[in-house]
Amino acid sequence: MDINYSKEYEAIVEAYKKAGGNPEGLFNSEYASIVINNHDVLAKNEVPGLHISYSKIKDGVKVKISVEDDVQVKNPVHLCFGMLPREGRQIIDSDFYIGKRSKISFLAHCSFPDAEHIEHIMKSQVTLDEKAEMKYVEQHYHSESGGTFVYPKLSAKLGKGARLVEEFKLKNGRVGLLDIDYEVDQGPMSSCELLTKIFGKKDDKIDVKESIHLNGEYASGTAKSRLVMIDQASGNVLGEIEGNAAHSRGHIDCYEVVQDQGSIATSTPKISVTNPLSKVTHEAAIGRINKKELETLMARGLNEDDAVELIVNGLLR
Amino acid sequence: MLELKNIFYSVDNKDILEGLNLTVPDGEIYSIIGVNGTGKTTLAGIIMGLEGYKPDKGSIIFNGSDITDYSVTERAKLGITLAWQIPAFFEGVTVYEYLSLKDGNGKPEDYLDFVGLNPDKYLGRIIDESLSGGERKRIELASVLSVNPKLVILDEPDSGIDMASIDAIRNVIFSFKKAGASILLITHNEVMASMGDVVSLLCEGIIIKQGNPYEVSNYFKTYCYDCTSMDDPKCEDNEEAMIASVDNLSGKTTRK
Repeated sequence: MDINYSKEYEAIVEAYKKAGGNPEGLFNSEYASIVINNHDVLAKNEVPGLHISYSKIKDGVKVKISVEDDVQVKNPVHLCFGMLPREGRQIIDSDFYIGKRSKISFLAHCSFPDAEHIEHIMKSQVTLDEKAEMKYVEQHYHSESGGTFVYPKLSAKLGKGARLVEEFKLKNGRVGLLDIDYEVDQGPMSSCELLTKIFGKKDDKIDVKESIHLNGEYASGTAKSRLVMIDQASGNVLGEIEGNAAHSRGHIDCYEVVQDQGSIATSTPKISVTNPLSKVTHEAAIGRINKKELETLMARGLNEDDAVELIVNGLLR
Repeated sequence: MLELKNIFYSVDNKDILEGLNLTVPDGEIYSIIGVNGTGKTTLAGIIMGLEGYKPDKGSIIFNGSDITDYSVTERAKLGITLAWQIPAFFEGVTVYEYLSLKDGNGKPEDYLDFVGLNPDKYLGRIIDESLSGGERKRIELASVLSVNPKLVILDEPDSGIDMASIDAIRNVIFSFKKAGASILLITHNEVMASMGDVVSLLCEGIIIKQGNPYEVSNYFKTYCYDCTSMDDPKCEDNEEAMIASVDNLSGKTTRK
């Protein structure tokens, strides 16, 4: 393991814990990991069949993670990204390549515990080779200032029979400004699930764009989003799926809760089919928390606030 | 235990309940039977105090206190609870969490055992559409059990479930009674209604007959199955039925 044990490292690990990360994954040599604070890599660990390289770029780090063919990475790879300073800009430009028939999962925790004005730009290029499987779960922990500006960009290409699961969760602290832009190009018999769960408060502004192009026969893709908006927060979801190949299937599932006067949610599904043997569907619901769910919990003795909290926690879990 | 006094309720000028009176005694099963659209579910909503179910007139008395203006939570804290005909789903909420809403005498696993569901299989399940109708109904009853209620309102507990689940649900209802709770059992099924110590027949917002399970269930089978409207009633004494209401204290049908 290559770790620069410093106060900075300890602080970022502490922030990582607050974001929900398990530090075991950073200290145990059986877990691949990389720890980045600001523009510096503080620690890195590889496991057999998985390679991590990096280089400095302006305002950030370029990271390359590749997995050889036929490798089943047993433990999730832990990615700890964050910025301890109050202000600044961080760019993490990452390339993921997962070899044929390999399987891997990532747990990424992004922490900005003292952010007053921080820009975090996460650009990911993902290539999954034939029958490769990748799960990427990204969880954020932000300060309460609202001064965090996060731009997660994903461009993924899925080979024949590949599978991608991408989850983005942000429910602790203020969102600030979040602009998600995901685009997935799917090959034959590949599958993709995009899942976004965000809790917006005060004047947080959230934009989510998820585009799936079903370009291979029998490809299937779903874009699912769960947003809860309170106070004056606004959420805007654009789900886009194109069915371009025979027997491909796509589905958009958007549920946004608007709990207070002043909070705003919009959902725009954009679905198209260019092959008559493809089928794409969508469902969307926006509004207050379902009355029946609320009253069921109240009929068991919970007050309204506690009932709302339980329902919201479930939705965003 | 529970008294409804002269309850009137209407929606868009359509009368749903018209001067309804009933008394659910302590520790008894009180069945309300009626065909679809007679006001049974409305009655459940009014007793539980759900949004949009405030009576236009009349009062609800629970253990001597007037609770007509109480909120749902306030009523629940007094021991009143409701199991809906079609229970709600809770995305992301586990059965364990759902059965741990109140610190009771038992544990979530005990409540599941009680309704015939294996805790090892169900405690970690999410309360969503992956559950069958029967499983969801049983979990709903386990949830009712978990809050140790004094009055349980069961709205069509047998609807949409298989025969095996019906037997389990009947056993749970009897065990509520054994534990000392009163049960208001709302159903359109005379077999289910016959579990009641008392059965009342609700027709277009009024109780037209009340008595022992055998008598009322037979009446229901004979006259209500083919009756689509009180404009064309099928019961033996049509005029009487139309104007009748029940004096619950005496248990006899009296004229208005």
